[in-house]
Amino acid sequence: MKGRWTWRRVFRLLALGLAVAGLAGWLAGGAHVGWTQTSVPVRTLDEVTGLEAIHYERRFVPGLDFVAVLWAAAGLVAGLSFLFRKDALVAPSLPTNKNRKEEP
Amino acid sequence: MNVNAKVGRVCWLVLATAWAAGAAPLEFDFRDPKGVNNVVFHLDAPLESISGSATGISGKVTFDPDDPAATRGRLVVAAESLHVPNPMMKQHLHGPQWMDVKRFPEIVFEAVTLEDVKQGGNEVTAKVRGRMTIRDVTREMVVPVRLTYLKDKLGARTNGQMQGDLLVIRSRFTIRRSDFGINPNAPRDKVADEIELTLSLAGAAPRS
Repeated sequence: MKGRWTWRRVFRLLALGLAVAGLAGWLAGGAHVGWTQTSVPVRTLDEVTGLEAIHYERRFVPGLDFVAVLWAAAGLVAGLSFLFRKDALVAPSLPTNKNRKEEP
Repeated sequence: MNVNAKVGRVCWLVLATAWAAGAAPLEFDFRDPKGVNNVVFHLDAPLESISGSATGISGKVTFDPDDPAATRGRLVVAAESLHVPNPMMKQHLHGPQWMDVKRFPEIVFEAVTLEDVKQGGNEVTAKVRGRMTIRDVTREMVVPVRLTYLKDKLGARTNGQMQGDLLVIRSRFTIRRSDFGINPNAPRDKVADEIELTLSLAGAAPRS
């Protein structure tokens, strides 16, 4: 089976990619332990009144729900891989290592 | 009547007018074009406490620097301006179960009396007895406030375009969402019943 692109392998690699992307995206976004945010508060001081103004800046901050969604999707894709036979090739017509050995 | 008497009368009239003008209560408008005014709300929740703010503030407060106990006013927060950083949470917050901003577009606090008034310099601390209305439910409340009267500071805030005074209101208090029918069925182990509110407001009284 080594070197052959089966549907099982493709789906499992896709699942792994989703799981890694979820974790990497979360870490790159600041590892926010909370809900995903699409805006973040920016506080500025009004020097005359001494009050703190709050403005929201548009920024995507992935939270734990972002990781959970991507990992759930990864689990689903990994689960789907079991619907395919072990030896179901992505492109059966392409020559494989096994086929090459059989050639004269 | 001799000239000295006339001058004396005019002087008294000018002084009396100035005193009357100085003693008159000032009306402060809390619609803030600079967008500094805000009300921060905070609720505890298991994963992450829910924090957000509202900036759509308007209303007027009458304040007399010589008689702060006579302070009265009405502050309004546009419910549509309530914001939380998570878009789905914001949708729920504005929705029918929570604030129902379409049906109840305003949150209103009306100051009726001031109690326990303490004045030191330009600062006044007091307890305001008033009426809070959320989702058409009105409750009488007593909330602590700190008022700071900034005489002639409006010019500094408007780059000299307007002259006048500022009144800063700071307050922090807690309300119960169940008291105002804010999603009373939401389990309290998921979202706390107490909502902590922090008001940071500045009103302007321009002089013409």
